[in-house]
Amino acid sequence: MPRPFIQSRRLLSRLTGMLVLIAPSIAFGQAPETASNGVVHAKQNIFVPMSAAAEEVLGVSWLVTGICTAIFAIVAGLLTYAIIKFRSKPGEERLEPPQIYGSFQIELAWTIIPIMIVFLLALVTARTIGTVQARQIPADAVKIKVIGRQWWWEIHYLSADGKTTEMITANELHVPVNKVTHLYLQSADVVHAFWVPALAGKTDLIPNHTNEMWIEPNTLGTFLGNCAEYCGTQHANMLLRVVVDDQAGYDKWLAAQKAPPVEDTAVAAGKDTFFRTSCINCHAVDGTIAKGVFGPDLTHMMSRQTIAAGVAPLNKETLREWLRDPQEMKHGNLMPNMQLTEKELDDITEYLASLK
Amino acid sequence: MADSHLTTATAKGFPVAEAHAEEKSLWAGGIHGWLFTVDHKRLGILYICSGLFFFLVAGVMAALIRLQLMWPRAEIIEPEVFNRFFTMHGTTMVFLVGMPIIAGMANYLVPLQIGTRDMAFPRLNAFGFWIFFFGSLLLYFSYIGAPGLYNKGSAPDVGWFAYAPLTSRAFSKGTSTDYWALSILLTGIGSIATAINVIVTAFCLRCKGMTLMRMPLFVWMSIVMAFLMILALPALSAAQIMLLLDRYLGAAFFDTQAGGSATIWMHFFWIFGHPEVYILIMPGFAAASEIIPVFSRKPIFGYPIMVAASVAIAFLSLGVWAHHMFTIGLPPLGNTFFAFATMVIAVPTGIKIFNWLGTMWGGKIRLQTPMLFCIAFLFQFLIAGLTGIMLAVTPFDWQLHDSYFVVAHFHYVLIGGLLFAIFATIYYWYPKATGRMLSETLGKWHFWVFMIGFNLTFGPQHIAGILGMPRRIYTYDAGRGWEIWNQLSSIGVIFQAIGLLFFVYNLVWALYRGKKAGDDPWDAWTLEWTTTSPPPDYNFETDPVVNSRRPLWDIKHPNDPDWHHDDPEMFRKSAKTSQHP
Repeated sequence: MPRPFIQSRRLLSRLTGMLVLIAPSIAFGQAPETASNGVVHAKQNIFVPMSAAAEEVLGVSWLVTGICTAIFAIVAGLLTYAIIKFRSKPGEERLEPPQIYGSFQIELAWTIIPIMIVFLLALVTARTIGTVQARQIPADAVKIKVIGRQWWWEIHYLSADGKTTEMITANELHVPVNKVTHLYLQSADVVHAFWVPALAGKTDLIPNHTNEMWIEPNTLGTFLGNCAEYCGTQHANMLLRVVVDDQAGYDKWLAAQKAPPVEDTAVAAGKDTFFRTSCINCHAVDGTIAKGVFGPDLTHMMSRQTIAAGVAPLNKETLREWLRDPQEMKHGNLMPNMQLTEKELDDITEYLASLK
Repeated sequence: MADSHLTTATAKGFPVAEAHAEEKSLWAGGIHGWLFTVDHKRLGILYICSGLFFFLVAGVMAALIRLQLMWPRAEIIEPEVFNRFFTMHGTTMVFLVGMPIIAGMANYLVPLQIGTRDMAFPRLNAFGFWIFFFGSLLLYFSYIGAPGLYNKGSAPDVGWFAYAPLTSRAFSKGTSTDYWALSILLTGIGSIATAINVIVTAFCLRCKGMTLMRMPLFVWMSIVMAFLMILALPALSAAQIMLLLDRYLGAAFFDTQAGGSATIWMHFFWIFGHPEVYILIMPGFAAASEIIPVFSRKPIFGYPIMVAASVAIAFLSLGVWAHHMFTIGLPPLGNTFFAFATMVIAVPTGIKIFNWLGTMWGGKIRLQTPMLFCIAFLFQFLIAGLTGIMLAVTPFDWQLHDSYFVVAHFHYVLIGGLLFAIFATIYYWYPKATGRMLSETLGKWHFWVFMIGFNLTFGPQHIAGILGMPRRIYTYDAGRGWEIWNQLSSIGVIFQAIGLLFFVYNLVWALYRGKKAGDDPWDAWTLEWTTTSPPPDYNFETDPVVNSRRPLWDIKHPNDPDWHHDDPEMFRKSAKTSQHP
């Protein structure tokens, strides 16, 4: 069914909430909850890179920005001068100025000077393209396959030779600091793009095609990113997090992710309901009969910071809200409302919340 | 001031003006006179009016988009509706606003400026308009028609660029994508008809004495625009036909799940899409090249190089499409080539800006409304061109691509450049088309309010993009530093809307109450100002004869005619073949 253009109910509730919420959020910046290792880099700026890949680009970015600013200042200055200086004065409307038809020398000058600037920029651009795209990736780089899906990220940690998947997670990339991470980008459905501004420029995830990119972060913290290619209804909520940890923290995280899922007899009821209903058609929990491949892997889902690819922080409340009706939290996403009873909701929430 | 020059041409005894034509009322013939017309002037006005109508429709969508984005996590417009809005906004503004208005400008002005009675193929012209018009209605009919078959869909929501495989039936159910493809195919046929007409008219129907190098620059740039249309549009039409084959006959050109290629669609689309940008901006250049000289009281600086730059831009624009695809993983050589080709376009484009500056330099600049819009055009197009160079630098584009920086960039091209030039065009030629002057006071209000609103809306978007805000998102989280820039941007919309109210009111008011324009209200130099306002069906009572690029200048200044200054080679030739007064 086509939905109404504007939902008046939502508008009203929004308007009341807005007045309270907006002012402080502008003043202080309402930062999302923090990562285990401290800072969340929510505010990013492509001129403040925190990874070698983004730094390589910085030089040429400043160069072209500088050149363009200078050109703007000169040309806009000349235009302004001309408008003021050569403005028609009252009383001389009928006098025509000297008719100048052109000047070969001047034309030549403003053809050649731009050509020289373009030539310079082209050379610097070519060199930067080379250093980023043709970089020799070290053999010990962390190898990760990122698969774009409507509207979340499937993340495979690959073996050292890059051939087999060792562990699958979603929406949150953990990488070690000061080390190259080699990303293999694929898509399971439509075109997406991987963009974390402080870490690197974006690269598309295209079905039937593997793209590669690399990052080498030099700052600890959680970096927020987005899908940057329109991919359908919830493109806006295909959010991404990259957690940059020191080597020890990263190793610890990786070991925990590779471990079998936590078994807790206290949540047996929920586990039973989970495996009885159609959850397992789409979701997987390592070492169980849940081997679905359409939705995010849930083996250690509670270790992640957010639910629904970044729509809300992940905790029991948001988890239960999501299970009650996924369409309410992230309208149009591919998980249907499972019509769970209150009891089932409680049980499954308890079970999933135990998957740390 | 304008009145004092009303009948200069007649007084100086210009051969055309002597046998003065009867002006033709806009209302002559009633509704029938408009629906069944094959007159290039009426079709031109129809094109421009339907373009302005759709401009208001798509403008309302843009305003709603900005309303939703004014606050983080706002829930004013649903994601599906938002996606339809930006798809329809983009598609409408390019195909249903830009294309018809530039077609209308060329239609109205080319025959008048080259001194002929109509376009070469008047019936093809009418066919072109009506197929465009019904194609446009088909696009909007999707709001009613698309859910009919599958109870899903409504208006297209795949983006104006409709990247595969989002358009395949697996991801785009219902028929909205088919409405998109079919309606744009139809409007494309209309554009091709216009393009053929402009080329044949300009090459075959010029009046006596009007060599190619004496054509007004408006006509030159209309020819360039027309050639680009013929070269670029078929790529899109072919892709859309392939898309429809994919969707209904299992052709799998772009269906990646059946082994098709998503990037092939991108290539097809941008082989059309980038020249399209130059198709749209070329009439903006054309209008500025006519208006700036008249209001600076000097001939255009460096006419031959302006022609050469236009042709060069057209050629180069055919080889830069992949700068829209720097993020798809092209090999380094491909990335370098397209970066270089894109930067090279800056050279002829820069030449144009310098030549307009050279035209103003040493002139006596009259700051009337058409000139104000042209001056803003110069500043804003300068910004657009420079951000374009920034985007051409491939590694920088990896960051800026598909961010709000790009949104800001192309709105500076298409609003700051094209739309301001269209406003200048309307203020400048409205007196010719209707016989009445638009109000200068309302015009200046329109200019200042709209100009401030435009820059307030799109200036901050550069910064949002630099702070990492991607395009085409219906909402965003607080705390990423984007709130203030989005709020400024949305507030700017209010100013733009008020500016447009002045404009619309002015258009209607002047039709009844505007000052009588007379033949030549601006003391201008090209042939359209020798005939009545509005001109009769046949435009000119007798065939004009010209001896230079500015026939009315020659009449008004018999002691210092332009052909004294023309290229000496051309002067010698023309002295042999044509009689001077």
